[in-house]
Amino acid sequence: MYDFTEQQIERYSRHILLQDVGVEGQEKILNAKVLVIGAGGLGAPVSLYLAAAGVGTIGIVDADVVDLSNLQRQVIHFTNDVGKAKVESAKEKMLAINPDVKVETYHTYLDSSNALDIISNYDFIIDGTDNFPVKFLINDACVMAGKPFSHGGILRFTGQTFTHLPGTACYRCMFKEPPPPGAVPTCSQAGVLGAIAGMLGTIQAAEALKYIIGIGELLTNRLLTFDAKTMKFHTINTRKTDRCPICGTHPTIDHLIDYEQAACELKK
Amino acid sequence: MAQIKVNGEIQVVELPLNVSELIKLNNVEQPEMVSVQVNEEFVDRDEWNSIQLKENDEVDFLYFMGGGAI
Ligand SMILES: [Zn+2]
Repeated sequence: MYDFTEQQIERYSRHILLQDVGVEGQEKILNAKVLVIGAGGLGAPVSLYLAAAGVGTIGIVDADVVDLSNLQRQVIHFTNDVGKAKVESAKEKMLAINPDVKVETYHTYLDSSNALDIISNYDFIIDGTDNFPVKFLINDACVMAGKPFSHGGILRFTGQTFTHLPGTACYRCMFKEPPPPGAVPTCSQAGVLGAIAGMLGTIQAAEALKYIIGIGELLTNRLLTFDAKTMKFHTINTRKTDRCPICGTHPTIDHLIDYEQAACELKK
Repeated sequence: MAQIKVNGEIQVVELPLNVSELIKLNNVEQPEMVSVQVNEEFVDRDEWNSIQLKENDEVDFLYFMGGGAI
């Protein structure tokens, strides 16, 4: 059994007080390994909450450096971090919140050559990325490796998320393949209300913690969407599709694919 | 006239109506960004013209949302 120090009992007391969590649940959190892909709008709140919760090992993948235009929503990065690698900036804040956690940084793009290798070290994966090629890559890699993950996407005032466990609906069950490059704006092209990233990212963090502790009902076979303009939340029931090209009965995808990425003209 | 549900909300429509026509009726700006479920069953894009909707059908439009990091 995990040997809690007095400080840890105090730090995690609000978790331990929860009947569904308790010392056992907190111990599971401290032993858990979660990978956050993208240290941006979604990865920021996810990483902060996972670190605060005491997730034992948190991996963070991002090839970018902090840009001034990130700070409107990527709350893990501060003004004096501009120019710094996002993974380093994120690691500093996570350790400042909670020195209990171990942070592994991957200052690289996730692609077909490294995805399976990186995710293999983790119990749960968070998709906090901003583009479809990587979203499909994460889906395919997690389905192939039998890893659970949380999908998240935001656009303007809206967000959507679902959780995948082996055997439940995957991203390709819902969306067969990426849209043609350029057809769909990502948030850097279309704009996004900063707080939306927090709304969605905290849902993803809660799903990861629920999965680790083993409580409640995950967002499996359900796609949660919300529109912050009307503050309406809507859940669409989904299910695993027999015709799914990766998890269906006759899968046609047997290797990871690097789709072409639409250029982000408005980034600068 | 028939009642169908679109993303959980009731719409009164005139039959016959196929999925493509429903998408038009709902002013979906970029149909290439949408995935469609009829009665919790995903339907392929090339079936949109042939699937005729009926009373009490439940249709869901799922939109691609990409943002997160950048
Ligand atoms: Zn699938």
